[in-house]
Amino acid sequence: MSTAAIQSKSFYEEKKGLKSWIFSTDHKRIGLLYFYSLGSFFLVGVILGLLMRLELISPGETIMKAKTYNQVFTLHGVIMIFLFLIPSVPAVFGNIFLPIMIGTDDVAFPKINLLSWWLYVLGGLFALSTLVVGDGPADTGWTFYAPYSVKTGTNVSLAVFAAFILGFSSILTGLNFIVTIHRLRHPKMGWFKMPLFPWALYATAWIQVLATPIIGITLLMIIAERVFGLGLFDPSLGGDPILYQHLFWIYSHPAVYIMVLPAMGLISEMIPTFAKRPIFGYKAIAYSSMAIAFIGYFVWGHHMFTSGMSGPARVIFSILTFLVAVPSAIKTFNWVATLYKGSILIKTPLLFSMAFIFQFLIGGLTGLVIGALATDVHLHDTYFVVGHFHYVMFGGTGFAMFGAMHYWYGKIWGKMYNEKMAQISFGFIFVGFNFLYFPMLILGLMGMPRRYYDYLPEFTTLNVISTVGSWVMVLGIIMMLTNLIRSKKRGEKAPKDPWGGTTLEWQTSSPPSLHNFDTEPIVPEEGPYFHKV
Amino acid sequence: MFTNASNFVDGVDLSFAIILGASVFFLVAITAIMIWFVIKYNRKKHPKPGIVKENHKLEIIWTVIPTILVLVMFYYGWMGYKPMREFPKDSIHIKAIAQMWSWNFEYENGKVSDTLVVPIDKAVTLDLISRDVLHSLYIPAFRIKEDVIPGIDNKMWFIGQELGDYNILCAEYCGDRHSYMMSKVYVVQETEYSTWLNDKSSNDHPGLQVLKKNACTSCHSLDGSKIIGPSFKGVWGITETVITEGVERQITVDKEYIRSSIYDPNADVTKGYNPGLMITTYKDLITEDEVKDIIEYLKTLK
Ligand code: HEC
Ligand SMILES: [Cu+2]
Ligand SMILES: [Cu+2]
Repeated sequence: MSTAAIQSKSFYEEKKGLKSWIFSTDHKRIGLLYFYSLGSFFLVGVILGLLMRLELISPGETIMKAKTYNQVFTLHGVIMIFLFLIPSVPAVFGNIFLPIMIGTDDVAFPKINLLSWWLYVLGGLFALSTLVVGDGPADTGWTFYAPYSVKTGTNVSLAVFAAFILGFSSILTGLNFIVTIHRLRHPKMGWFKMPLFPWALYATAWIQVLATPIIGITLLMIIAERVFGLGLFDPSLGGDPILYQHLFWIYSHPAVYIMVLPAMGLISEMIPTFAKRPIFGYKAIAYSSMAIAFIGYFVWGHHMFTSGMSGPARVIFSILTFLVAVPSAIKTFNWVATLYKGSILIKTPLLFSMAFIFQFLIGGLTGLVIGALATDVHLHDTYFVVGHFHYVMFGGTGFAMFGAMHYWYGKIWGKMYNEKMAQISFGFIFVGFNFLYFPMLILGLMGMPRRYYDYLPEFTTLNVISTVGSWVMVLGIIMMLTNLIRSKKRGEKAPKDPWGGTTLEWQTSSPPSLHNFDTEPIVPEEGPYFHKV
Repeated sequence: MFTNASNFVDGVDLSFAIILGASVFFLVAITAIMIWFVIKYNRKKHPKPGIVKENHKLEIIWTVIPTILVLVMFYYGWMGYKPMREFPKDSIHIKAIAQMWSWNFEYENGKVSDTLVVPIDKAVTLDLISRDVLHSLYIPAFRIKEDVIPGIDNKMWFIGQELGDYNILCAEYCGDRHSYMMSKVYVVQETEYSTWLNDKSSNDHPGLQVLKKNACTSCHSLDGSKIIGPSFKGVWGITETVITEGVERQITVDKEYIRSSIYDPNADVTKGYNPGLMITTYKDLITEDEVKDIIEYLKTLK
């Protein structure tokens, strides 16, 4: 706490102008580039989601034709999965905070880091170009299941190619983080002195590097089949549609963990700070990240319980699916135990973390319902599944990101947000979210299949509730963003460590200088979450 | 829910009860504890955090207990599901033919129907056949679902245990009219079933029968409205624009044109419609005689 120390310039002030950003190799600037580009795609995805909900407010045609609806849900899925959730936490918060939290000045390969952002932008442009060229966006669902994806006249090849490019961006980020964590950790920071967010990023990075190439080659196969008529997946050309599903889910199930593990890492940061307690079960949480990453590779078949896989295969995939739930349960218990005997400060990031735990529990427990064979046969491809993954992806990852935006707001932008407004917006988002997605679980139990443009009259009430929920939630999101944008101008200046956090990012100025630390950071010997009281 | 419509309902609903029950319990318990801690240890009331040591015993307990619990859930899920894969030796075999966007059921005696009629308390095996893309045959009331995949012989079976009619839905996304790909299963008395099965007389024009059997009517309406393809009403004899290998030309809808529209749909694409939606060729499905029937029927649709 040197009062008159030479306050060096923040990383914002080093250089100015557009070029100094889009060609910057500073991990913080790249993280922010990701933040703004991801955020824009997220908003596009939200608008598409709103349109879908509006269409479904009553049976029959409401605002669009069936084909348009099918294109809208496909684009919504492609944007939310490939352009938002997969990069999300690592690309934004990982980039900004990983080097700082492990006490170094940048990632291992800053130029490759910039390249992955450029690839991301390129992939995004390809995805958006499907809107304006040819026969419009793909109408296959984000899963691109063959043979429909081979037959339809819409822009599948372009959309698939976009996902292919985005895969490279993801691989490069993963690679960069693995090397950074191995090679650039502060010399005094052993593996078990490392905070849990870097741990989560580390586990995730391995999935990114090992699983993504599989989807890359699979997507190329779809293009080859469409363009050259190779018979790979379409039986009328001699191909095998089940092969496509295997290849697709071998990546896309682990990808679920790419989307959610880093978010769990965020929760493991926020809870100890606001509870003023070291995290309970530090090692258990670190190991369970690795366990999830590992077992997560072997459960993909649970997406195919009704596709005609052999009986024993279905049984094995089911049992493994149940086992992968255990490490997530362990984390949840440890988070709650961290609150025990704490000295808890209720601020917006904690509220989002608590909502995360509640919603992630619903997401995880509904996952058990569809992991079991008998119940999955009934629920597969129904709205229950839609509800389930929105609880995990949005109720989990989305909420963790919203929480982190408040938690690190001061650190990133140098000002404090307005707490009262933030809590009110949180209330709207939380209530809206649950009204939006909980009815879907019931609709699924009642037997309403997903990807339905139109539905039987008995499903109307729940669909109306869900649509109204979407309005409440979006209102909350608008309030939250308004608050964050206004606070950038009007907020009070952020201190170094507004919450009493213990990890290294709180030792540097808010916002940090170009090289992150003006004086050598001190790695606490007692571990990353030691609170002096 | 809560019926006994098929022989699987009991097993499936038991696993639902166990898994959902345990889930609700854990959800409520963990959430309540979390909120209780946050209130009790609020900084205002509890300004200094207490010392809590790491507790290995606790970690082991909450690893082992969930593991056992999920294995129990797995077990009930498996048991409820096992009978679905144990096919009975003698059962009524019916082909369930899926095609964008309709279901057809073909009985052993050659009868074809767009609804499924089955006798009560008899095992029925459905052989699942798709003529184009993926579909999934889903009967919510029976708790059964199995994908219908072109080129792969999937099957499913069930025993209807309560008289009545139940929805058949398509659960795998299959294009524009996915949500309209519906049918019904009627569970009827044995005697009613056999009368129905052996009654092959139909008041329909033979051409219309061919159209229905091949699900043409799910894309081509008979009343002038546009579904996916042009309506058949009044189509005979009109002059229209088609696109042949990228070039527009005028044709008259005559015998030869209709024949080629069925055997080689993508050769001439009607302007304003998408190519590639009809099956590549109906050569193996529709005979020349049936094509003649269709043409005769279209002539009547003024
Ligand atoms: C999946 C939807 C679909 C099904 C099923 C389908 N068709 Fe078509 N059909 C179309 C579309 C779309 C067109 C217009 C594009 C084209 O010409 O290929 C068309 C065009 C036609 C035409 C030309 C009409 C005109 O005005 O030029 C005829 C005749 C025809 N179909 C007959 C049939 C028959 C007979 C069957 C059943 C054996 C059938 N179709 C099944 C979608 C379908
Ligand atoms: Cu999965
Ligand atoms: Cu279908």
